Amino acid sequence: MDAQLYEHLHFRINGDCALLVDCGDGIDLFVNRKVVALAARIKKNPPTGVTAVVPAYRSLALLYDPLWTNPDLLEGQMATLASEPVEQALSETDLVSIPVCYGSEFGPDIDFVSSHTGLDINEIINLHTSRDYPVYMLGFTPGFCYLGGMDERLRTPRRKTPRVAISPGSVGIAEMQTGMYPVESPGGWQIIGKTPLRLFAPERENPFLYKAGDRIRFYPVTRDVFNHIQEKERA
Amino acid sequence: MDIFAVKNPGSFTTVQDLGRFGFLDRGVPPSGALDTFACRVANMLVGNEETLAVLEITVMGPTLEAMAEADIAVTGAEMGMTINRNPVPSWQSVRVKAGDVIRIPQAKTGCRACLAVSGGLDAPMVMGSRSTFARAGFGGFHGRALLKGDILKRGVGILLKQPRRLPDAFIPAYQKDSLLRAVPGPQDNSFTDSLESFFTHTYQVSAESDRMGCRLLGPPVEHDPGTPQSIITEPVVPGNIQIPADGRPIILLVEQTTGGYSKIATVISADMGNVAQAMPGSSVTFERVTLATAHLLYRKEQKRMQIVRELFC
Repeated sequence: MDAQLYEHLHFRINGDCALLVDCGDGIDLFVNRKVVALAARIKKNPPTGVTAVVPAYRSLALLYDPLWTNPDLLEGQMATLASEPVEQALSETDLVSIPVCYGSEFGPDIDFVSSHTGLDINEIINLHTSRDYPVYMLGFTPGFCYLGGMDERLRTPRRKTPRVAISPGSVGIAEMQTGMYPVESPGGWQIIGKTPLRLFAPERENPFLYKAGDRIRFYPVTRDVFNHIQEKERA
Repeated sequence: MDIFAVKNPGSFTTVQDLGRFGFLDRGVPPSGALDTFACRVANMLVGNEETLAVLEITVMGPTLEAMAEADIAVTGAEMGMTINRNPVPSWQSVRVKAGDVIRIPQAKTGCRACLAVSGGLDAPMVMGSRSTFARAGFGGFHGRALLKGDILKRGVGILLKQPRRLPDAFIPAYQKDSLLRAVPGPQDNSFTDSLESFFTHTYQVSAESDRMGCRLLGPPVEHDPGTPQSIITEPVVPGNIQIPADGRPIILLVEQTTGGYSKIATVISADMGNVAQAMPGSSVTFERVTLATAHLLYRKEQKRMQIVRELFC
């Protein structure tokens, strides 16, 4: 699909308390950065009646209280906010480093990824840790992030039978996507490793390690380092 | 202060308040009581702030032993509550004392009840709310539904000077067949051929429904030929009627922030309490309304809430 940045925002009614604002079509870094920038501007200076803003790949949801505003008013306000250019370069966004122990019981599907891609395990680790992945959006479960920009050579389909329970911290691949499971959930991604970090800790002052618009970099750690970090995280 | 010993937890009983907002952009869904009218009124009937935590009781209710004197009130689904085997009506306050046995057997009309207690149920505030999000295992009582042997605590509250009761005129009559009003979209363009039939067919509530979604059985809703069944993942809101590949509609509730299926229509806010009260096996039909009508009904609902508030202040 050819991704396209719209010249003007598109709006869609999403029930009586939400408006969807589309910045473009397709999964694309430039479209997404427009979404993230617009969401940040709205959050900084929310128009009257706006109760929440939820950015996604190409669109954001504006939640509103109909006692105070309506889509007509909001569409005008959004057009003004969106007219400012995206000023921040990608290299200036927050970079979050995530330690991962690849393979063995931490990454039970790494052998499948290896046989599917023809890469050996070291090549998989090298390719997976070789670049910074932009965080397009969070959703599915608390802290679950949709990352872009994985190396084409790592492309692997989902598992034929999804797992009933994937343990927190698992790092996986599904087609051209890669990401992490912050809480235990069912899932069909190929699990290649695990991070000892608590990606979502509801009782922590900041429960999350990253947000939409950040970049994530994975780096490989040994089992000993994994255990050491995990102990610290649990303390 | 200890307030209830759980003798029998019921089928799915959780601590909920009005929800956890402010983290939707991080994938944390609102959670909270599904029937917010019932939740607010239960609190008002025992003299609490509307935002305090209650028990949300699903289909089969719990048996609780009171551990101290308090006022309680049950609202929402009619479940045939007894205290020490004496029937007690819903939608009113009742004084309990230590040792009293509160039984909440089973929903006769509606699907979910709320039980409030003086001072509110005490549970740690997690990210601004006491609501349970059981799938992710946090909030409420240890992040899970109640189990036998649990001891629940309550906050500081004062006993009522006189009992409270919601006047009959305000008590919702839950129908066996719910009519839910809905605004088309956001993907109604993928259903131009089936939009009309969607708004005329009758659906049955599936037993697989939970707090994430009210799943419906009935004639499958077909996507227009050539339109994709899945979309680029985008934010969802409670009330979105999502049509997965099998064509069986799911009304999304409070445990999901984004989704990749197209949504044919969205139930209006004023009718979400009726979705919460739709019992598995009961039937559901949808009526198409405009956004302007939905907003009018929203204001009406807010006004009804305000009138109820003024009864008790």
